[in-house]
Amino acid sequence: MRPPSRVREMPILRVVARALAPVILLFGLYVQFHGDFGPGGGFQAGVIFAAGLIIFALTFGAEALRQVVSVVLTERLMAAGVLLYGAVGVLAMFLGGEFLNYSALDPLTTGHHGQHLGIIAIELGVGIAVAATIMRVYYAFVGRRPESDGETREPSLGAEPGGRTS
Amino acid sequence: MPPVELLLMLLLLATAIVVARLKDLFAAAMLTGIASLLAAGLFVLMDAVDVAFTEAAVGAGVGTVLFLGALSLTSRREKQERTRILPILIVVATGAALIYGTWDMPAYGDPDAVIHHHLAPDLIAETENKIHIPNIVTAILASFRGYDTLGEVVVIFTAGVGVALLLGGLGLRRSDAGTEEES
Repeated sequence: MRPPSRVREMPILRVVARALAPVILLFGLYVQFHGDFGPGGGFQAGVIFAAGLIIFALTFGAEALRQVVSVVLTERLMAAGVLLYGAVGVLAMFLGGEFLNYSALDPLTTGHHGQHLGIIAIELGVGIAVAATIMRVYYAFVGRRPESDGETREPSLGAEPGGRTS
Repeated sequence: MPPVELLLMLLLLATAIVVARLKDLFAAAMLTGIASLLAAGLFVLMDAVDVAFTEAAVGAGVGTVLFLGALSLTSRREKQERTRILPILIVVATGAALIYGTWDMPAYGDPDAVIHHHLAPDLIAETENKIHIPNIVTAILASFRGYDTLGEVVVIFTAGVGVALLLGGLGLRRSDAGTEEES
């Protein structure tokens, strides 16, 4: 692994990452909300979305990414995703159906819209939980320092801002 | 076996053997990513696009990043260990048993296979009427098996919490990175 400072000096990597990251994020959203019609769904979308952000972090440093998505935010989003999924189930119960019976979400029609709404909502929960979990795991790896050898190496996956040289 | 599948399978086999033999962990991490991509290609050829999607994103993408993250914490080369016989025997015996098991499987793509006659026809016929979305895989995962998927999300959440507790991350949780207590 090259230290991040050298990665930051590579113009091709920087330009490609800068150009690719938004496209990957957009593709993640497409996979998320097109999951009912094409391949994909919340899990894949979450992974792709997190991968887009991690590519950004690999070239510009995890510190730069942490300005956008803080560690605490990822932890909250992890829980929020699971809770969103569960809340849809409980909401269905309050509307007179069984737990996670999405047809109950739309009592006016015969259930099409309920199923649609329910699936979109729970897939969103899955996507948020997965993306946040992967970001959190990435942060966990980046934040570790090598334990044994005396010289303190910088964690090399873009962990620290470029100005820091130890 | 069709030629493209055969080619991918052979490449996968070659990659796996090289990964097992390599001592350079950086190269091994990259090659595991390539192995995942080859597996994803195989899944696409088997029309399992959703699975291929996941394999490419998780195995080739994030998995490789996490391997490299772990690698940055340790040395780049694997320690030289003398070859031991017993593990090799166990692995070979397990592999042979698995291959023996595949002999009883129906031929690849066989329309008379049991799995195509139990639930699949009902699901293919009824999903459109019951759930009203065209992707049957999503309908099964999100609606018919909503409980399972909820359980899976909880598993992912638990795994994330476990990693966060075990490894911590970025020294401190909040951005006051002035003091670092870790030695």
